[in-house]
Amino acid sequence: MDGNQILTSGLFLLVVLLTILVTLRASRQTSGADDYYAGGRGFSGLQNGLAIGGDYMSAASFLGITGAIALYGYDGFLYSVGFLVAWLVALLLVAEVLRNSGKYTMADQLAFRMSKRPVRTAAATSTVVVSIFYLLAQMVGAGALVSLLLGIDSGLVKNLTIFVVGALMIFYVTVGGMKGTTYVQMIKAVLLMSGSALVVVLVLIQFNFNIADLLGSAADNSGAGQAFLEPGLKYGSSTTSKIDFISLGLALVLGTAGLPHILIRFYTTPTSQAARKSVLWAIGLIGTFYLFTLVLGFGAAALLSKSDYDVAGNLAAPKLAEEVGGGIGSTSGAVMLALIAAVAFATILAVVAGLTLTSSMSVAHDVWNPVFRNGEATEKEEMKVSRIAAGGIGLVAILLAIPAQSLNIAFLVALAFAVAASANLPAILMNLFWRRFNTRGAVWSIYGGLLSSVGLVFFSPVMSGSETALLSSVDFAWFPLQNPGIVSIPLGFLFGVIGTLTKPEPSAEERYTELEVRALTGAGAEGEFRH
Amino acid sequence: MSQPKQDQAARHDPIYDHLAAKDEFAQLRHLYRRFIIPATAVFMGWYALYVVMSMFASDFMNHVLFANINVALIFGLLQFVSTFGIAFLYSRYSTTHLDPLAKQLAREYDAELLDRAAVAAGNTTPGTTPVTEEN
Repeated sequence: MDGNQILTSGLFLLVVLLTILVTLRASRQTSGADDYYAGGRGFSGLQNGLAIGGDYMSAASFLGITGAIALYGYDGFLYSVGFLVAWLVALLLVAEVLRNSGKYTMADQLAFRMSKRPVRTAAATSTVVVSIFYLLAQMVGAGALVSLLLGIDSGLVKNLTIFVVGALMIFYVTVGGMKGTTYVQMIKAVLLMSGSALVVVLVLIQFNFNIADLLGSAADNSGAGQAFLEPGLKYGSSTTSKIDFISLGLALVLGTAGLPHILIRFYTTPTSQAARKSVLWAIGLIGTFYLFTLVLGFGAAALLSKSDYDVAGNLAAPKLAEEVGGGIGSTSGAVMLALIAAVAFATILAVVAGLTLTSSMSVAHDVWNPVFRNGEATEKEEMKVSRIAAGGIGLVAILLAIPAQSLNIAFLVALAFAVAASANLPAILMNLFWRRFNTRGAVWSIYGGLLSSVGLVFFSPVMSGSETALLSSVDFAWFPLQNPGIVSIPLGFLFGVIGTLTKPEPSAEERYTELEVRALTGAGAEGEFRH
Repeated sequence: MSQPKQDQAARHDPIYDHLAAKDEFAQLRHLYRRFIIPATAVFMGWYALYVVMSMFASDFMNHVLFANINVALIFGLLQFVSTFGIAFLYSRYSTTHLDPLAKQLAREYDAELLDRAAVAAGNTTPGTTPVTEEN
């Protein structure tokens, strides 16, 4: 190992130690299920806003979008916009009403007025599917990142990293529960925002804070000229690819408010007003963050040459930090590189912890207890099962991530958003805003959205029939788009409507009054947990 | 005040029917929907316009306004402005129009529960809120 590798590894270790200490401290404050699942519902708007940011701004965003802008210019920025606008769906339609009407998981607000077993099983299924796709994206990214940063391109290093990340996330979740996970996410959000702000300032200094100069240099240095600043380099090659991007944009905007690990964060605040404040903080943070990636991406395009980083662009951000920190070979450059790499590593850890927590909790609370124990298990038993499930899901994620390393990270992220937008969001919205919506509608909507989004991808050029496909030797692709959202999201709503209308359920309609009153007023909502 | 019906789900509590029947609740629902429906239509339409024009209106989007700043960049940055703006407007609107109504209704809920607890404890002065039978 040379000095830079030791420095990078040292900072990684520091991040890991810090998060472990925080998790251990949180575990001492965790006793009941409200603590374990919902952090005692005692987090303030700012704290939860930071944690939402920490949960949401993934390594795929930080490294991926910076890299996409560095490689494709404007189209990378275009991609990032959907991730921000999406938060208005969460703010206006979901966060507060969900906080008031649910308890721990996404399924709670459906089970509130419907047959519990079928809707909980359906919601848990889509929760686990979305979380696993997203987990794989993060873990594959972690493996690639660490091996690139340490400059050791070996399968062993990648697999080892996936194993360590998996072990850490199991530790955070089983030991720290929601409190520990929340603290890890808050630390990560602060590290990520300050780390990227530092690089942004250093980039802007090089251009005397003149954005037009930065853009001009990026365009000149990119080799694409003015087209680098215009839409179309990545998504504009054909009409199909253009419609494909519109489909992706739709999934991004509607998927965010259906991501299970985001939804459960709204339960950690004492009131719906605090939940609203936390989303406002999150919008501020996330918006600022994507403006940062705009500068980072064009900065990388302007100051680095493409041979400085990998073909996927994932190293553009850390390499840019090295460049503006003083350049290759300088101590300050090496420190900046190690710093940003450690920030990216913290980013991965916080996101995988949130995903593991959500899915394990859904397995225990939505499937094991209502289906296998007839809803009679004590909270203590349920928490125990949740911890076991976290270990199981972690293990599954590790085992899947190792062969999944050939998959494109951006594709896995897009798929997670498409499933969330097609399976989860229609059911959530129809439940909160449509009196007649019922058990069959919810079950059809969730399974219908899930199967159509995953099914369309299966029959898309991603799976077969093209040179870059997973199975390039066969061709069973008939769906032309890589992103299913434009078809599967309307289908999710349609299945819900048909299911609802074909089997009216008077009790679900009557219980809607209670749901609506609770959702809008907070009367009878789960309160802050006090020891 | 409606009586609980036979086919209602087991947990149904008539207290929610009382609250739902109040004018304040009708007003709260009206005010909430009056903001979120147009706001959602605006930001979804505005974002859809941005994405579709980025893909299909390159002449317009590629028009350079000054230096290296083109319409596409400004349009994208305006998405940030509109997102922050709608979030700010909703925050202000809900604080002034929605929260007072919601809090009042939640207080009435708490009062009715207290009255009911008092009745259950044998207190013969149940207060002013009418209490229906336990369900």
